Amino acid sequence: MKRFALIALPYSWLLALFLVPFLIVFKISLSDTALAIPPYTPNLDLSAGWQGIKDFFAGLDVENFTFLTTDSLYWKAYLSSLKIAVTSTFLTLLVAYPIAYGMSRAPDEWRPTLMMLIILPFWTSFLIRVYSWKAILAQEGLLNQVLLALGVIDTPLTILNTNTAVYIGIIYTYLPFMVLPLYAALEKLDETLLEAAEDLGCTRMKAFWLVTLPLSKQGIIAGSFLVFIPVMGEFVIPTLLGGSDTLMIGKVLWEEFFSNRDWPVASAVAIILLLILIVPIVLFIKTEEKEWEGET
Amino acid sequence: MRKLSWFNLTSLTFGFAFLYLPMIVLVVYSFNSNKLVTVWAGFSTKWYGELFRNEAMMDAAWVTIRVALASSTLATVLGTLAAYVLVRGGRFHGRTLFSGMLYAPLVMPDVILGLSLLLLFIAIGLDRGLLTIILAHTTFSMAYVAVVVTSRLVAFDRSLEEAALDLGCTRFEAFRLVTLPIIAPAVISGWLLGFTLSLDDLVIASFTSGPSSTTLPIKIFSAVRLGVSPEINALSAILIGIVSVGVITASLISKRAIAKRIADENRATP
Amino acid sequence: MAVAPHKPRPNPNQNVFAPWDDPDAVPLIRFKNVSKRFGDFTAIDDLTLDIYEREFFALLGPSGCGKTTMMRMLAGFERATEGTITLGGQDMGGIPPNERPVNMMFQSYALFPHLSVWDNIAFGLKRDKLPKDKIEARVSEMLRLTRLEQFAKRKPHQISGGQRQRVALARALAKAPKLLLLDEPLGALDRKLREETQFELMDIQEKTGTTFVIVTHDQEEAMTVASRIAVMDHGKIIQVDTPARVYEQPSSVYVADFIGDVNLIEGVYTRPTPERGEIAYAEGEPPIAVDPVDGITIGTRVTYAIRPEKIRVSREEPDDRANRAFGKIIDIGYLGNTSTYHVELSTGQMVKAAMTNASRIARREFTWDDEVWLSWRETAGVVLAK
Repeated sequence: MKRFALIALPYSWLLALFLVPFLIVFKISLSDTALAIPPYTPNLDLSAGWQGIKDFFAGLDVENFTFLTTDSLYWKAYLSSLKIAVTSTFLTLLVAYPIAYGMSRAPDEWRPTLMMLIILPFWTSFLIRVYSWKAILAQEGLLNQVLLALGVIDTPLTILNTNTAVYIGIIYTYLPFMVLPLYAALEKLDETLLEAAEDLGCTRMKAFWLVTLPLSKQGIIAGSFLVFIPVMGEFVIPTLLGGSDTLMIGKVLWEEFFSNRDWPVASAVAIILLLILIVPIVLFIKTEEKEWEGET
Repeated sequence: MRKLSWFNLTSLTFGFAFLYLPMIVLVVYSFNSNKLVTVWAGFSTKWYGELFRNEAMMDAAWVTIRVALASSTLATVLGTLAAYVLVRGGRFHGRTLFSGMLYAPLVMPDVILGLSLLLLFIAIGLDRGLLTIILAHTTFSMAYVAVVVTSRLVAFDRSLEEAALDLGCTRFEAFRLVTLPIIAPAVISGWLLGFTLSLDDLVIASFTSGPSSTTLPIKIFSAVRLGVSPEINALSAILIGIVSVGVITASLISKRAIAKRIADENRATP
Repeated sequence: MAVAPHKPRPNPNQNVFAPWDDPDAVPLIRFKNVSKRFGDFTAIDDLTLDIYEREFFALLGPSGCGKTTMMRMLAGFERATEGTITLGGQDMGGIPPNERPVNMMFQSYALFPHLSVWDNIAFGLKRDKLPKDKIEARVSEMLRLTRLEQFAKRKPHQISGGQRQRVALARALAKAPKLLLLDEPLGALDRKLREETQFELMDIQEKTGTTFVIVTHDQEEAMTVASRIAVMDHGKIIQVDTPARVYEQPSSVYVADFIGDVNLIEGVYTRPTPERGEIAYAEGEPPIAVDPVDGITIGTRVTYAIRPEKIRVSREEPDDRANRAFGKIIDIGYLGNTSTYHVELSTGQMVKAAMTNASRIARREFTWDDEVWLSWRETAGVVLAK
């Protein structure tokens, strides 16, 4: 009985504040917009008895989802988010791998410091880290000043408010999420394996492709999930660094909700996003659970 | 001793430069007297003064700290409990659903979490304010606490708990006297993680806050949405400073603890 | 089926500790038809066993044989699926570990890393809400017993492996349990320290008069410390006996093979006269002469088990032994104190014979390819029907 109480407390918390909210989102995505508070109909009126329940279900329809398919803004936003998420995950991996590799090959007494240096930005405000690029990438910003002074360019580059700025922002803020799992995988790698590969006739490059890379697969997978999934729904980076033509679904959802106050459509947008992400999320939890809870 | 190859040294140098330059630039600009942030006009601390005189900003900071304290504490209790149940609870009905719900917020986009929680609060008629933000933050911080505590519990020799039972403890005493002191470092870092996540969150707070409970990230966001602001630079510099001091102190403490441990172990082998 | 060797004779010398031979002795622990199943897996299979007070009892077997499960049932961490376990006459089923007069020394020692040596030892006493001075006196006593006085203030990671082992022992003994369980207590120590510690354990067991039950997979350790050994396999007890009887009179091929080195020769049992038994094991070789065994049907296949050290190697054909065989030395294992000779008989059978290296002179008596005689008495081996 005591055991039951222990499980019940966190369990019911998650049911009430995680699962039930999703059901509500789902329900509202099937409702109609209304000029009311809350701004959607129908509402479940239990005092009207059976008739109330019947009216409630009769009022639900998939109109909002149909709307999403007819207006090209939405599917373009989904596609564009997907493209940005995939590309930036790959770019983050390219930037993170040499860093993680260098860390794992660093002398033992350096490692705690290097680790601390990777973790420190992780604890620093995400918002501030994104914001910090505004002053660098702006037309009159630091990057352009430096490049002009060096004579590399004659006219300032336009980077801020473009997709390039969004990519830079994503790589920058999500870098620790990629480096940490990669480092964890590479650190475990036994260096004698590489020596063995070279002893058996591999060049260093070949040994990297045939031994190091396959053995760091776990880290690559975990890091990619940790970047890809949240970036799909990213709102802050495209809003602060992107331009008017930067289409990302997180931004669309936000505007639909706060500016247009169309809650049913915003809910439908969220449901579709969730459907896209459910497979990667489940895969991520399945693979990581073993890591966290130990394989028993 | 191992030496770094040129390749590794270069990638580390560039990597860390990339990570740190923007923050350093931000801190430097916070001391710029010019209102045009990127045009240097001399050293000044006037933006810090302006920041502290900005009452709306100070109010928001106070709200944020209260939310972070409350939600990280709640999340630590619930997350530790959840981790204990998952690692020690054996099999129970709905275990997969439980761990799925627990871990999903780690990667779930904030916009989805924020939207769904807001719709819940409206559906049950809960007015948006401090309480709703705390509830929302607790839910996602719980996941982080659970991950940190779980990995500590897994590494923990189960016979320690059995030894406590064998020596006359009840299950609760075994948890209080043996398990909790040993997993304490993980519980503390879980709390800290929850605290910073709460301090940092913009999206979920935007959905779940009411007019009287604006948090600092919401204030920062509305200030920087259209451009750079010297006051926000000063605020950022302060936050970066606090985090740096905290993280560096923590790593020095753990470094010293490790060194002491190694020394102890050398002394122990006769 | 097992062949009963000699009937255990009631010991005429009352000073020798052997309550298991005394029909009036009441056992401290009784396993009665105990089974334990984990899902489909049967860890303990209908097992019945008595353990007496002041015994140093060893559960010996390969990993997965059920010995750890038995210990965990005694400690209260597992409940028997069927059958009863009684301690001092009281049924232990349903009594949680914290209410049993039983303490355990864990394989990993399970010392609380956040507590000092002193607090580790006092941990169980504090749970009993003893007055402070009583606790202090008892902890000091335990520290003295295990020679840990100067380490009282240290944390577990600040002491050596052997000292940790002694802290674990002191902690488990502090509550003066009726029964002390030791789960592979010496497994983490290196060989030399392990041997020293075995004698220390026996000494402490004798001083405190506590009943010890030890789980081990190391047969030498079991032989050294135990008053009786239970050899286990697949959840069943194969034989329970004193170390000497387990070694000299194994009840089955499994026990003979598990404990020590042994030659196993298969053959057919015959009994030409009531006073003489024989085992025919190979065409053209004279049968092995053995003491006659009651209860084995003439003409059945049996296994003859003989320890290598019971076989003598000689160059000349000996005439003082009932059994002789001629062969060639194929291999020699030099172990320092003894040498083991692998001798191939003319029938192709390989037989191991061990000889003590009594003299230090490097001149070896026998070498590879030497043709030698092996000889042994009719009482040297055991006839096993299974």
